Amino acid sequence: MAVCVAVIAKENYPLYIRSVPTENELKFHYMVHTSLDVVDEKISAMGKALVDQRELYLGLLYPTEDYKVYGYVTNSRVKFVMVVDSSNTALRDNEIRSMFRKLHSSYTDVMCNPFYNPGDRIQSRAFDSMVTSMMIQVC
Amino acid sequence: MEGLTLSDAEQKYYADLFSYCDVDSTKKVAANGRVLELFRAAQLPHEVVVQIKELCGAKRLGYFGRSQFYIALKLVAVAQSGFPLRVESINTVKDLPLPRFVASKNEQESRHTASYSSDSENQGSYSGVIPPPPGRGQVKKGSVGHDTVQPRTSADQQEPVSPVVSPQQSPPTSPHTWRKHNRHPSGGNSERPLAGPGPFWSPFSETQPVSSAGDAVWAGHSPPPPQENWVSFADTPPTSALLAMHPASVQDQTTVRTVASATTANEIRRQSSSYDDPWKITDEQRQYYVNQFKTIQPDLNGFIPGSAAKEFFTKSKLPILELSHIWELSDFDKDGALTLDEFCAAFHLVVARKNGYDLPEKLPESLMPKLIDLEDSADVGDQPGEVGYSGSPAEAPPSKSPSMPSLNQTWPELNQSSEWETFSERSSSSQTLTQFDSNIAPADPDTAIVHPVPIRMTPSKIHMQEMELKRAGSDHTNPTSPLLVKTSDLSEENKINSSVKFASGNTVDGYSSSDSFTSDPEQIGNNVTHQRSHSGTSPDNTAPPPPPPRPQPSHSRSSSLDMNRTFTVTTGQQQAGVVAHPPAVPPRPQPSQAPGPVVHRPVDADGLITHTSTSPQQIPEQPNFADFSQFEVFAASNVNEQQDDETEKHPEVSTVEKASDSASSLRVAKTDSKIEEKTAASAPTNVSKGTTPLAPPPKPVRRRLKSEDELRPEVDEHTQKTGVLAAVLASQPSIPRSVGKDKKAIQASIRRNKETNTVLARLNSELQQQLKDVLEERISLEVQLEQLRPFSHL
Repeated sequence: MAVCVAVIAKENYPLYIRSVPTENELKFHYMVHTSLDVVDEKISAMGKALVDQRELYLGLLYPTEDYKVYGYVTNSRVKFVMVVDSSNTALRDNEIRSMFRKLHSSYTDVMCNPFYNPGDRIQSRAFDSMVTSMMIQVC
Repeated sequence: MEGLTLSDAEQKYYADLFSYCDVDSTKKVAANGRVLELFRAAQLPHEVVVQIKELCGAKRLGYFGRSQFYIALKLVAVAQSGFPLRVESINTVKDLPLPRFVASKNEQESRHTASYSSDSENQGSYSGVIPPPPGRGQVKKGSVGHDTVQPRTSADQQEPVSPVVSPQQSPPTSPHTWRKHNRHPSGGNSERPLAGPGPFWSPFSETQPVSSAGDAVWAGHSPPPPQENWVSFADTPPTSALLAMHPASVQDQTTVRTVASATTANEIRRQSSSYDDPWKITDEQRQYYVNQFKTIQPDLNGFIPGSAAKEFFTKSKLPILELSHIWELSDFDKDGALTLDEFCAAFHLVVARKNGYDLPEKLPESLMPKLIDLEDSADVGDQPGEVGYSGSPAEAPPSKSPSMPSLNQTWPELNQSSEWETFSERSSSSQTLTQFDSNIAPADPDTAIVHPVPIRMTPSKIHMQEMELKRAGSDHTNPTSPLLVKTSDLSEENKINSSVKFASGNTVDGYSSSDSFTSDPEQIGNNVTHQRSHSGTSPDNTAPPPPPPRPQPSHSRSSSLDMNRTFTVTTGQQQAGVVAHPPAVPPRPQPSQAPGPVVHRPVDADGLITHTSTSPQQIPEQPNFADFSQFEVFAASNVNEQQDDETEKHPEVSTVEKASDSASSLRVAKTDSKIEEKTAASAPTNVSKGTTPLAPPPKPVRRRLKSEDELRPEVDEHTQKTGVLAAVLASQPSIPRSVGKDKKAIQASIRRNKETNTVLARLNSELQQQLKDVLEERISLEVQLEQLRPFSHL
């Protein structure tokens, strides 16, 4: 389960960022921020002409001692970054992919809402609940 | 079970609940209806509820008597406290809090309990039982979130304090704040309600009902006030009226609650519709919503795009965040547009919000858009959501009541299902599919390459003759002619044919007439003609084998034709069947014969034609088709010889020969037709062959022109053979009668087709070779010319 989930806009500012252990959030924010460089690197490595071929799921961006950071980019250059606990070894790549898919689909639903202005922070309750379901239940 | 001891508070509480549930005042509460609602509101898992019911003996009795009911309530309290459910626990567990019944929509129901003055424990089960709306007013204390709410809450706060105080007094304070928005005179709220909905309110004011007040609010909304209220929605203080209404209801609620008179409560409950759903849309409300919908989108089955909806709902002056949430709730299928149901749900939520109701986390059942598109919802009109979901409250399915936590899980499923349903309903995927299919079918007949319009090749004799004549000029194009459209695999065959034919330059000739033929519904001749002109024409004489209009006109076609013939014939006419069948049978003998006839390449096209001519008569129905089958039949019988003829017709005699070998069967069919054409003698056989000749006829015609000479001699032979064949055929007709022959016929035709294919392939290769040779010659000539030219230039 994810420890932190972030949605970054095309201009690289966060639309939504949420971590489970509410303390130490800054650390996660920093990790997400640094991972953006890796994301950009991966995107540009694919080449501009290969946007279609580029897979949305970027995979493991970089691992740290305690955490692993995964990335996902949509075709509109909106990035999803997910930080998972390294100790959670049971998480397979497929699961990560499915989590990103869910994120993407919820994000799309948020976009479909006419009252949402693209570029605003995401305040949708449905999106929140979906992310909550993906996060580790830290109790 | 018996021996239940209740404290005073419990006693009173239970009595109230029982009265609430005992709608009929019979001292017996049926297992359905309010009791289930009550249990549902207890937020217990379904199994626990079932267990409780069993324990209290209701199952035994079939209903809840007073004692059973009390026991049940006690068990509910036990369960809610976390103690295991046991009979003994009823009395052993001391100091049980009163069972909590939380109404679905209102988490704040519990707050009502606080206002329940008589109950020391703030378990407002009673109030909880009461439909949420009344509670809302109370709740407002806690629900902040809206400015609108706050004023009310203040009023609410006053109420609990002095519950018995005439509500009319307290509320006025809050409503006043609303008043400024109201267009209505700020009379006492109590007046308002009375003035408004009238009948609904009067009982309230009179009896001060508790629970139903909330319901009444909504009910009351329906009559006149709603119109004013609703109308104002679009304008500045749309909600004013509603708000005004609400405060009144609030007062009533508080009053009622405090009163807590079972009788009145019962009355009220009765007045309100059956277990209610504060979210239910009344008729008047719905009508209003529909009218509003029409202002945006006249088509009730259409959508309101997101932008239009945004503008509309922005007028309600709710915060964008809330509107966004309302949208999320109501756009059921997440398509960015609102259908009528979704719009009504959204509107309803906006109204509710304006009135201070908190937005639910999940869309309430009654607001779920009816998946009517796909389902036949029972309540198409009023209760959008209830169709699939509302189910009988009696079920008390936890998943259904929004309050249940499990709802959150079920909703997505339901949502998905509904989304799928609505989506599929709305999407024109089916249409697109059909369109797509339709696109596939009609090939452009003009395009030679395009499958030549599956026209049954039931080439009429005349047509075939015409075709033959037309094609007289181009032997090469023969392939097309023989092909004659095959009904079933026309397109494919056509394509194949066309490709083949094109190679041979079919379209060159006046075979274009075949084009016209192809378009011509009349199959018989058409197929033939088609094939002639279009290489692409569907040579499907027989469904299965797409005997492309190969140069072996009769053969290939015949085989295919046979198939068609066989099939169609068998189904229809005996003769036809006979003919069709014969192919099955005859093929056996035919193959043997076929080689023979094949040899006779030069079979008269005429003969075939004659055959075909006759055959078509017999098998008129199968226009494109397959004369091959017929052919085969014929081939077997007479046409074998004719096949040769047909093959002869093809310019590539050699190839024809080869083809004939393999496609002898096919050719047989063709030859059959040809033979028919040619030989009148084979009349009897023709009859049988008639089917097959369909395809061949055109070819035979051509052939005739070209290789008549060749054919002649063969014709003679063929005629002889035809005579024999005729005899054979004559016998055959009887054979194929059996349906089983069809299969054989099919298989035979398949075989023949395959043979024809190989023959044609060979033919093709040979032609290619010839082409190369010719090209080489040409090149050499050109070179020579060039060599000579320079001298001239000099």
